[in-house]
Amino acid sequence: MEIKIKLNGTMVSDDVPADTLLIDFVRAHGCLSVKRGCETSSCGLCTVLMDDEPVLSCSTLAARANGRSVHTLEGLQEEASEFVGFIADQGAEQCGFCNPGFVMNTIALLRENPDPSDGEILAYLSGNLCRCSGYEGQLRGIRAFLNSRHEEGANHE
Amino acid sequence: MNRPEYQSVGKSVRKKDAMQQLLGKPLYTEDIVRDALVVKLLRSPHANAIVETIDTSKAKKVAGVVDVFTWEDVPNERFSNAGQTYPETSPYDRLIIDRHVRFVGDVVAIVAAENEAAANKALERIKVTYDVLEPVLDFRTAKDNPVLVHPEDNWRMLCDLGGDNTRNLVGTTADEGGDIEAVLADCDVVLERTYHTKAYNQAMMETFRTYTELDRYGRLHVISSTQVVFHVRRILSNALGIPKGRIRVEKPRIGGGFGAKQTAVCEVYPAFVTMKTGRAAMCVYTREESQTCGSPRHEMEITVRLGANNDGRIRALGVTTLSNSGAYGEHGWATVGLTGHKSIPLYTGSLEAFKFTANVVYTNMQPSGAYRGFGATQGQFAVETTVNELAEKLGRDPVELREQNMVREGMEMPAYFGEIANACALDRCLKHCADMFDWKAKYPVRDMGNGKVRAAGVGMSMQGSGISGIDVGSVTIKLNDDGTYMLIIGAADMGTGCDTILAQMVAEHMDCSVDDVSVFGADTDASPYDSGSYASSTTYVTGMAVQKACTQLKERLCAIAAEALECDANELSFEDGRVVREATGEEMSLVDVATKSQVSNCLAPEATAMHSSPVSPPPFMVGMAEIELDRETGVVEVLNYASVVDCGIPINPALARIQAEGGIVQGIGHTLMEDVTRTPKGRIRESNLFTYRLPTRLDTGHIHVEFENSYEPTGPFGAKSIGEIVINTPAPAITQAIYRATGVWHRELPILPEHIVLAKPEE
Repeated sequence: MEIKIKLNGTMVSDDVPADTLLIDFVRAHGCLSVKRGCETSSCGLCTVLMDDEPVLSCSTLAARANGRSVHTLEGLQEEASEFVGFIADQGAEQCGFCNPGFVMNTIALLRENPDPSDGEILAYLSGNLCRCSGYEGQLRGIRAFLNSRHEEGANHE
Repeated sequence: MNRPEYQSVGKSVRKKDAMQQLLGKPLYTEDIVRDALVVKLLRSPHANAIVETIDTSKAKKVAGVVDVFTWEDVPNERFSNAGQTYPETSPYDRLIIDRHVRFVGDVVAIVAAENEAAANKALERIKVTYDVLEPVLDFRTAKDNPVLVHPEDNWRMLCDLGGDNTRNLVGTTADEGGDIEAVLADCDVVLERTYHTKAYNQAMMETFRTYTELDRYGRLHVISSTQVVFHVRRILSNALGIPKGRIRVEKPRIGGGFGAKQTAVCEVYPAFVTMKTGRAAMCVYTREESQTCGSPRHEMEITVRLGANNDGRIRALGVTTLSNSGAYGEHGWATVGLTGHKSIPLYTGSLEAFKFTANVVYTNMQPSGAYRGFGATQGQFAVETTVNELAEKLGRDPVELREQNMVREGMEMPAYFGEIANACALDRCLKHCADMFDWKAKYPVRDMGNGKVRAAGVGMSMQGSGISGIDVGSVTIKLNDDGTYMLIIGAADMGTGCDTILAQMVAEHMDCSVDDVSVFGADTDASPYDSGSYASSTTYVTGMAVQKACTQLKERLCAIAAEALECDANELSFEDGRVVREATGEEMSLVDVATKSQVSNCLAPEATAMHSSPVSPPPFMVGMAEIELDRETGVVEVLNYASVVDCGIPINPALARIQAEGGIVQGIGHTLMEDVTRTPKGRIRESNLFTYRLPTRLDTGHIHVEFENSYEPTGPFGAKSIGEIVINTPAPAITQAIYRATGVWHRELPILPEHIVLAKPEE
């Protein structure tokens, strides 16, 4: 079937089998940041934004995204760059394989709730598994980013 | 301690690959290769069976299928998938495809197709008839069972380690000191307790995967998510029957390993396809394959005999281990040794006698392999829990009991090959952790008045730093034209950050910034030989190779400069990142030395050094858990986990801390949620991440890690290791906390809510 998706701002159209998953579609179109970590919608690695909402691309049919806008980390480099350095300062990226899904969901969190509490961060990101970091360093990184933004805000006032 | 101030070592610099990873760049095996045949594996539905007939004709007719291979197509030469130094301690018990399938998931056929859909369709069209045999599923009944997992004639071991395929034995081991029976007979208290731990899965986020092709010289080029490029080269050479010199193995970024990728779990299949078809091939394991046909922790049953006096003195420790290697013997003998050698020495302070015996057996279950902690995890759960039970029996605070008995700096450890604890801050770790955790306040059981109760527990741990007398680390360091360096390694950064910490060491030695050191590796064509990244070896062993290489490189750079300055190299020294002639005040920058090295020069501006250590200095650690347990539901919530680690001198404190936090969370998972069970026919039930429950952000409580430094004289900048030890303390600490809350000692992991609710207090 012919589908059209606005992928990271560019209209992409392709003739795909009806059972094509969104993860395979975006990877086939060069968005290699999107990772598959399971087959049971359990790990969050494949998180992308569809019409700005975070979805698991491994359990979303590409046809579902027909006519809609999809963002992967390739298309949100600038927004991600604002905070991922704080994660790097903690060393909490570790193997990195879960990073794109975690970063995408953090973008969604911060758009929805620009000043989340620690509890809100943990709850929002709880579907993003990480086997390396133990999560604490990722929380510290996000907290350090939010603190730095507060300080910047205070300096502007 | 007065130690020199370092510029780069001891600093929490960012991992060199961190920003690339966090911004989702294509760094992993599946991201960097294209246009390969899809390799899929048909797997046995039976735990023990002989393939009677296999008809691939219909599968081969599927459009897009290139070929299908069965046991009739592969060499009949056995090999091991274990990534170990040659001669391996693991039996040569595998074929690429065996007519005799030995566990649910063993490979029956290899399909190579142009795309995944064709490969999957072909799998469905292979017709197999099996002669189904009785399996051995319970490892307690495996030894001398009439059902043999490996009855074949060409099974062999390279070393005599007690392995005997006619008895289902992978290997045996034993060690003792003093007369344990005499000491036990003289003790006031003797506890004999048996524990059971499961075949936990590493569950690294990137499953097993390998790409293979023929390179421009017709050699087999392998890009694999592996911790052990050189071992994989040997394994492929053995399996395929082609010379090592015709094989190149490299690793890109690795999406986690934790030991799983110290076994060549999937490499042989695409490599075989490439050799047969001449075409590039790629094999990517599904999560289900990773969970059920991977290389998890060895299931073990461990019996501890502990003898003590009423004054708390622990005088005798016996450890008897039975380990389940599953259908193949990878890492079986090596792993089981740590159950005794890395648990008993914790009590060197008071011990008069010890005895350790172990058997490793074959069963018709998923083969096991290496997983962070490597036997120490299981052994310490057993010994530490028994010590905690002793504390309860004697009415002693378990922290004080440990202070009385623990190993301390300077002690010789008879149960650890007689090594001396030259760097040991375990006593300081315990005190520090108790203060940080507020042990005195948290140890007493607190009823919260809402059906919930809070309690605490403690565990100690030790590990090693590399395999003594075996592991080899090597590096090459080259001077670039612009005065920066290339560091070429054979160790494998799997997210741990070894590329960065080894660069920090180069920067410290060569008086440059970490940014001025680029790292390349690992690639068997270009890297100097390194055993690879496992056994907590890279910082300690390869780090010393860095030290040696830097010393040699400084001499070499002075020799090159001497020709330019027309003087004797002895007049020159390497200082502050340049070459200085003290007598005249002349100096040469590295750019000038590098430029000189490219004109009329016969001395290469590079050095390669190799290191191996006769000892394996243990890092030490203490962990304390505070839980809240719901008496009605049995649900355990970890509220706080405090831990203090002695890894010598941390080269990169941020990365050391993350290692600790990550290991603790894995340990919490093994203790409270990750389970492995089997159906009566031997199929693993927890075959995906929905049923094999990994801890999420909401399951771990607050984890607090700090360090107590010691200085290891044989390590780089005083460093020991951190990678594995960090997984060990949660099991005993949480198990004790659950006892405190319920009055029940759970001796089987994981401890699930239903176990807590259904258990009755003993006595």
